[in-house]
Amino acid sequence: MTLRVLMAVVAICVLPLTAWAQNGPLRIEITEGVVEPMPFAAPNFVPESGAANEFAERLARVVVSDLAGTGLFREVPRDAYIGHITSFDAPVQYADWKAINAQALVTGAVNVSGSNLSVKFRVFDVFSGAEIGSGLQFAGTTQGWRRMAHKVADQVYARITGEQPYFDSRLVYVSEQGPKDKRRKRLAIMDYDGANVQYLTGSEHLVLAPRFSSTGDRVLYTSYETGFPRIYVLDVVSVKRRELESQDGSMSFAPRFSPDGRTVVYSLARGGNTDIFRMDVSSGSSARLTSGPAIETAPSYSPDGRRIVFESDRSGSQQIYIMGANGGEAKRISFGKGRYGTPVWSPRGDLIAFTKQSKGRFHIGVMRTDGSEERLLTASFLDEGPTWSPNGRVIMFTREAQGSAGSASLYSVDISGRNLKRIPTEGGASDPSWSPLQR
Amino acid sequence: MKMITKAVLLMSVLALAACSNKSDFVGDDVVDLNAGAGSGFDDGANDPTSVAFFQQSVGDRVFFEVDTSALTGQGRLILDGQTRWLTTNSDYTAIIEGHADEQGTREYNVALGERRANTVRDYLVSKGVPSSRLRVVSFGKERPIEICSQEGCYAKNRRAVTVLAAGLSG
Repeated sequence: MTLRVLMAVVAICVLPLTAWAQNGPLRIEITEGVVEPMPFAAPNFVPESGAANEFAERLARVVVSDLAGTGLFREVPRDAYIGHITSFDAPVQYADWKAINAQALVTGAVNVSGSNLSVKFRVFDVFSGAEIGSGLQFAGTTQGWRRMAHKVADQVYARITGEQPYFDSRLVYVSEQGPKDKRRKRLAIMDYDGANVQYLTGSEHLVLAPRFSSTGDRVLYTSYETGFPRIYVLDVVSVKRRELESQDGSMSFAPRFSPDGRTVVYSLARGGNTDIFRMDVSSGSSARLTSGPAIETAPSYSPDGRRIVFESDRSGSQQIYIMGANGGEAKRISFGKGRYGTPVWSPRGDLIAFTKQSKGRFHIGVMRTDGSEERLLTASFLDEGPTWSPNGRVIMFTREAQGSAGSASLYSVDISGRNLKRIPTEGGASDPSWSPLQR
Repeated sequence: MKMITKAVLLMSVLALAACSNKSDFVGDDVVDLNAGAGSGFDDGANDPTSVAFFQQSVGDRVFFEVDTSALTGQGRLILDGQTRWLTTNSDYTAIIEGHADEQGTREYNVALGERRANTVRDYLVSKGVPSSRLRVVSFGKERPIEICSQEGCYAKNRRAVTVLAAGLSG
């Protein structure tokens, strides 16, 4: 396992380039629903040293991929370019970019010295002829070049949409190999766009449903390495893990961290009954939050840590409920036709994402925390297990294909229901958990 | 083991096979029991104290309807046979593995499989198998034996399998 690559945490310092910030009128209001993506140009970055040449195009390509991948932006084909950016500081010839109908222009420069790499960039509103915000410089390592491209794209996205960004983030997920009846699973971590895959466990034991902590430093998951499902917590940097819950004669699964990372909420099954418990991570003391004979599982905290959304079949079928963080009376919020499971509270606090089964189909959907305004975003033979992007705009989930040759893949969809796409992975992949934005 | 016990056990299994309409785990031709599972080679299935006999002749698994852990009549018959076998072969322990088909979310299916495994465990205990010899585990939908996405496969995946382990009885 190439743990060293994983441990090489990239230190990125941010330096303002110029002081003259100006908010141009260029703006995408995501909440109004974008139908026509904004055309933009992002020519190759200007190499400011010989060693920077190899990064000039790669950086621009990742920025383009991030922005176009949102479905909110559309790259103007490069063969249409009239103008060329040969100097980062030379005045932009807006007419050249207007002529090809690029509404936004992203320019950048890259400098490499040894293993240090620095990137600076600017964003322009072509039609009003003004810079949007001010230029910024990121300094890091050549190894972490993709992160710097994501940082640039995050800034462009945030400036034009006014939303928090999400490109400099990672996914922990289950990598899958083999046919359905001989499937091998192991934990993996990668950039949000599928790059830089690292495997965190071997595939000798079944593993399920990894979940990031809210700072991205730790991962909870379920492993069958004792022969029985048990919860483990893994440190992302050291890749050391320990068993969290080891009550004999029981099974524990479906863990998630509280927002402050001190508590884990999870399911414990014993004697034919599955209930929700919480555990203090440092002391190991646990408390029961639900009781009764129904299946209660898939708990997820609200961002303020005061409430827990979960699924229960106490009504006779899987439905979504919300209770206080200390348990007690729960309020049912799902009332549509069908079964509702795997609820996940959005990082903004306003929505619950869920899996819905209805008429033999699976859907990923969202509803408000009072159960109103339910919207189904996807439909397929088997979609399940949503996870939120750090900014609460995008949901990633598992899609399992039908039939004997079926395998699992990761897909993402905007909460508007648009821009459904597959995340490239080596082999099959399931159970994604999206990290917070990296710092 | 006393020969009489073995003989009684064998006869009860034959009787069970005769009234079974599931041919997967009980040979169609009860007279040809010595042929094992039809493989033609001796895998121990003709020894009524063997694990192979338990799997193939007694029946090591029961099946469930969609989204339920209730035992079927057929399931009870299989479990009655398991009870007799476990009572006779008292040096075996067992892990009961609960499974679900792929139509369901992952966590729910783990919980559902646990319900199914416990239903089997509770039934065996109610018939006299010491609970100390039985453990349960659920694999949810993670370990299907049939991989098509039709009810014919799903029906075989919604199961609880009694997996024997020797010499661990304490």
